[in-house]
Amino acid sequence: MNFKLKDIGPQLITVIAVVLVFGFFTYNAQINMESRGIDFGYGFLSQESSFDVQFSLIEYDGSHSYFRAYLVGLLNTILVSVIGIVIATILGVIVGVARLSPNYLINKFAAFYVEFFRNIPLLLQIFFWYFAALRALPLPQDAEAIFGVFFLTIKGLYVPAFIWENFNIFLYSIIAVIISIIVIRIHAKKLQETQGKQLPVFYISLGLIFILPLLSFLIGGVSLSFEIPVLKQLATTSFIYEGGVSLPPELIALTLSLSLYTATFIAECVRAGIQGVGKGQKEAAASIGLTPNQVLKLVIMPQALRIIIPPTTNQYLNLTKNSSLAAAIAYPDLVLVFAGTALMQTGKAIEIVSITMFTYLSLSISISILMNWYNKKIAIQEK
Amino acid sequence: MSKINFLKPDQSNLNTFLYLGTLLFFISILDVFLNSFFKVNITGFLPGFLSFIIPLLLGFVGLFFIRIEYSGIKKLDLINKHINTNNFNAILSLLIIFVIIKSIPPLLSWFVVDASFAGDSKDVCTGSGACWTYIKVWLRRFMYGMYPNGEQWRINLSFIALALLGSVGFFATDKFKKYLTLYYVVIYPLIAFLFIFFFISGGPVFFDLSYGIIAAILSVILGFFIPSKYKFYYFLIVPFTLYILLKYFIFFEEYIELGKLDGLNWVETGAWGGLSLTFIISFFCLIFCFPIGMAFALGRRSGFPLIRYISIGFIEFWRGVPLITVLFMSAVMFPMFLPEDFFIDKLVRAIIAISLFEAAYVAEVIRGGLQALPRGQYEAAKSLGMGYWKMHIFVILPQALKLVIPGIANTFLALVKDTPLIFVVGLLEIVGMLNLAKTNPKWLGFAMEGYVFAAIIFWIICYAMSKYSYNLEQKYKTDR
Repeated sequence: MNFKLKDIGPQLITVIAVVLVFGFFTYNAQINMESRGIDFGYGFLSQESSFDVQFSLIEYDGSHSYFRAYLVGLLNTILVSVIGIVIATILGVIVGVARLSPNYLINKFAAFYVEFFRNIPLLLQIFFWYFAALRALPLPQDAEAIFGVFFLTIKGLYVPAFIWENFNIFLYSIIAVIISIIVIRIHAKKLQETQGKQLPVFYISLGLIFILPLLSFLIGGVSLSFEIPVLKQLATTSFIYEGGVSLPPELIALTLSLSLYTATFIAECVRAGIQGVGKGQKEAAASIGLTPNQVLKLVIMPQALRIIIPPTTNQYLNLTKNSSLAAAIAYPDLVLVFAGTALMQTGKAIEIVSITMFTYLSLSISISILMNWYNKKIAIQEK
Repeated sequence: MSKINFLKPDQSNLNTFLYLGTLLFFISILDVFLNSFFKVNITGFLPGFLSFIIPLLLGFVGLFFIRIEYSGIKKLDLINKHINTNNFNAILSLLIIFVIIKSIPPLLSWFVVDASFAGDSKDVCTGSGACWTYIKVWLRRFMYGMYPNGEQWRINLSFIALALLGSVGFFATDKFKKYLTLYYVVIYPLIAFLFIFFFISGGPVFFDLSYGIIAAILSVILGFFIPSKYKFYYFLIVPFTLYILLKYFIFFEEYIELGKLDGLNWVETGAWGGLSLTFIISFFCLIFCFPIGMAFALGRRSGFPLIRYISIGFIEFWRGVPLITVLFMSAVMFPMFLPEDFFIDKLVRAIIAISLFEAAYVAEVIRGGLQALPRGQYEAAKSLGMGYWKMHIFVILPQALKLVIPGIANTFLALVKDTPLIFVVGLLEIVGMLNLAKTNPKWLGFAMEGYVFAAIIFWIICYAMSKYSYNLEQKYKTDR
């Protein structure tokens, strides 16, 4: 008999307490909804939403359903997160390496950047860029072109649009490049393990990256042209740019502040990672005759990345979650479109907040599962 | 004198290279300096692009000339080692020096020279600089929110008193050192709470919370006398029972009058705001999230599977969602979950939401510390016959918490930086007040000053906190 009161008791009491709390909440919610005449259900998702969203990646207007509004918000969140992650990573790696520089000025400059942007609340930074810095930009009619094609105005950034013909062929060529590079890498690794020969994988890959898409242009009939934004007068004092792609100032302010803020944390991760690789490793690798490049590629980076990647992924997650601050400057992300406008219109507080939270939750849990798997895979197998 | 090779500076012609290089370097600095401070362009006679790039070029050549290894001059070697190791570093150093020189005049003129300080209306702000008059006029709102002007001494007095009481630890003699933990964990929060509850609020707002705090403190004190075996059951049952007893049987509604001091008006939480609200919220969340986080960290390492899974679920749930949705939940969803006649003040709701949210992060940090302790510590404590609670309170937690000081400090920093988010529930701390002041028709167009002001304040608070945590970390570092 393994039954022991000592083992069962605490667990039973905890579970009962949790169930009681949840039961209490559910019971109250039912009574409250009955008395207010609200019914519970997700049927509203297919109803017509009848509100408009300023900025959307997919076609959307008031006649579409609430579910499509949810998709619009989700896509906008993902857009901000992806742009932010890319910029933050580039900036973070540069600053992180700069903090390890022997050059005193560069070192202090990077440290200043990190200390400065890390210690100011993100929301304040977003407000600063949106309400103060970007409001100082010129009106569309006064804007000067950057490189002749970009226009940075108070109404947003206007960039040329790509107009592709036979875009799918170009896409196929890119996919072909990726597959062939993977195949070549596997083959090169095999060759080195069995015969000790080394293939110049890097140069072959570089060649492939240029040649295949180029071939698609020459033979496949792919063509690319640009649509440059043109100033157009709407009224005597109202101007607007037509053509091209316009990025609203909300998006610019948000990505700028998110990436500047997150880059400080990524920089610290990178610094910790590179510092975490022992000096002995470098010396040992040099003493067995590896070239400096090989030392970096085969000895330092694999060990540094093992330390860098887990906290950096955490920062990516933080960035994604922080992108919900978009609601404060009316960038139509998931929180603003769905938990804001849609909630106001339908009054379905429980359903909408739970869907929003569940979306973020599933995003972060799936990434953390991926992270755990990756950690297990790269962990040092100690004997 | 040997033959001079200008492409390869060496020691034999040290003086020539030194004078030439220093001269070139200083010309380049002078050019940028004159350009940025006095708007004089000494290279203006050159064509546009060349005049733009010439300081960089001159400086680069100058630095190239003085890059002589083992010159024998200490200062030169120091410069070479720190900013002038190779061509790439030399260019970067020059660029940074130029950027600093270039950015000083505009910043200086905006912050000080062209800024307006005097007066109390918008009319004095005609210069191109910052309008600090705006900050001066609105300062009370930024600090105290909508708190009535005549009553603001209450906030000041409370904060000064709490700061003095908080600094007791620095002056404690060795005799009283052992009571410090008890003081900071139990007595100080109680005093702080009473101050905020009776003095700043002066009304029945926090009553619900006060029952909870009194119940928690009473049960912690009583808990010391309970045998380790029953402590779990005790902490599960007694605090809630006490809370319910206090709320429904001991303090009746009529006694709420007790909470009001004579002569103090009740200021409802909707009027609180500004920087003082930032402090109040950070303070409460800090007090609450720590024990909750500790409990869940222990729960996650517990041997009972059900408790472990519940803790994991709690922690992962709060860590997976953004704070803004949690606050949304506390604002629109939470009232649905309570009985109809049951009302919780929105400040209390926000405090509960932020505390639970940060508690999950604190739990993960503490778990890291618990995992880092060698198993020998647990086994040694057990072999001395210590029970679960005794072992954790006297052996495990003191060591684990020492290990995670930086992590906890980071979480608290994040907490302070997250407070502006309470605008979601309609509370306006300093950033919210700025946004309100910005839309005032009499004071349009001073957003920049406001945000810079708030940024400086937050920066000082956060930087001081991170430095303090670094000091603590160094102080409690024990070799193992």
